Amino acid sequence: MSKNWSEDLYNNARHFASGLKKRKFSFFTGVPCSLLGTLIEHLESSPEFEYVANVREDAALGLASGAYLAGRKSAVLMQNSGFGYSLNVLTSLNMIYKIPLLVIISYRGFLGNDAPEHIIMGAKLEQLLKDLEIPAFIPTANDLDKQLELADRVIEEKKVPAVMLIKEKIFG
Amino acid sequence: MTTRDALQQIVPFLEDSPAVCATGHIAREVQGLKDRPENFYVIGSMGMCSSIGLGIALSRPDKKVFVLDGDGSVLMNMGNLAVVGALKPKNFIHIVLDNEAYSSTGNQKTLTTAVHLDEVARANGYKTVYRQGANENLTDITQKIIRSEGPAFLLVKVGPDTDKPAPRVKADPDVITKRFMNALGNQVRGSEFIRY
Repeated sequence: MSKNWSEDLYNNARHFASGLKKRKFSFFTGVPCSLLGTLIEHLESSPEFEYVANVREDAALGLASGAYLAGRKSAVLMQNSGFGYSLNVLTSLNMIYKIPLLVIISYRGFLGNDAPEHIIMGAKLEQLLKDLEIPAFIPTANDLDKQLELADRVIEEKKVPAVMLIKEKIFG
Repeated sequence: MTTRDALQQIVPFLEDSPAVCATGHIAREVQGLKDRPENFYVIGSMGMCSSIGLGIALSRPDKKVFVLDGDGSVLMNMGNLAVVGALKPKNFIHIVLDNEAYSSTGNQKTLTTAVHLDEVARANGYKTVYRQGANENLTDITQKIIRSEGPAFLLVKVGPDTDKPAPRVKADPDVITKRFMNALGNQVRGSEFIRY
């Protein structure tokens, strides 16, 4: 790997992945973000998970939706820049067809402290999710499993996508 | 040959296989010809039918998975051809009805008079690629593609839609999901996913 992530970040990824396994998630796809680095590395290297490197975030949602239709609990990983590309698929596929996915989105631009291309999406992301009525959970490194449980409950009970927003220094 | 004429020859080959049907007239025409729970009609999220079909194919290697796609839809999600070509699922059959137009919005031109989607599929690594020749019978060529090793791609050039389009997709989207999953034997029950 090109990045040198600390052992703490790898531990967080392993801990979170064990929660995913416990809740029967088996299919993953996405477009990477450095903030999700250790998690993607862990999913790619673990035989109990399938991770497909995708080309766009909307195509990743489509692919994961197909895996769900075929009976697998599925999740998509992306940077919040890709959330823009994803809006149409979330609203005209996942939300109306009741195809629930776990959508793990990195939170670039949080508090305005990032590269210029991330500032606007970083500032508006939570409000956008609220406006679309997409449930979103924002874990810290200390309550990853608890927040995953809340997101999983939305997926299981309401059959709609649930988002987890991942700030820096959790997985990357 | 219109899209409907072509689908009339292709639909009997679906048997009990899952088929993901593209946004617009293709989903409507397939519903009109033979509505079945194994059809997944994509009414929004244009372009996504091939991604959805790929996700099903990767998860159910025991089933032949059909994607009935259109030229506008392939152009919109052309990146997925790379994902298919890289993963090479043997059970993935991608049939594209290319009328060189966005027919459900008024027959505006797409780009496929200039861009040959069969060549794009081949370059992306599809194992089998056919383009229907001028004198080739579509039934014969469909039979051939089903028997060949996937991922397979069949390009069928069709003329503009002249008939009145088939009615809109009738079932609610969440009903389409439920009946499709039941037909595949994948049920979501309470908090348990059961895979038969």
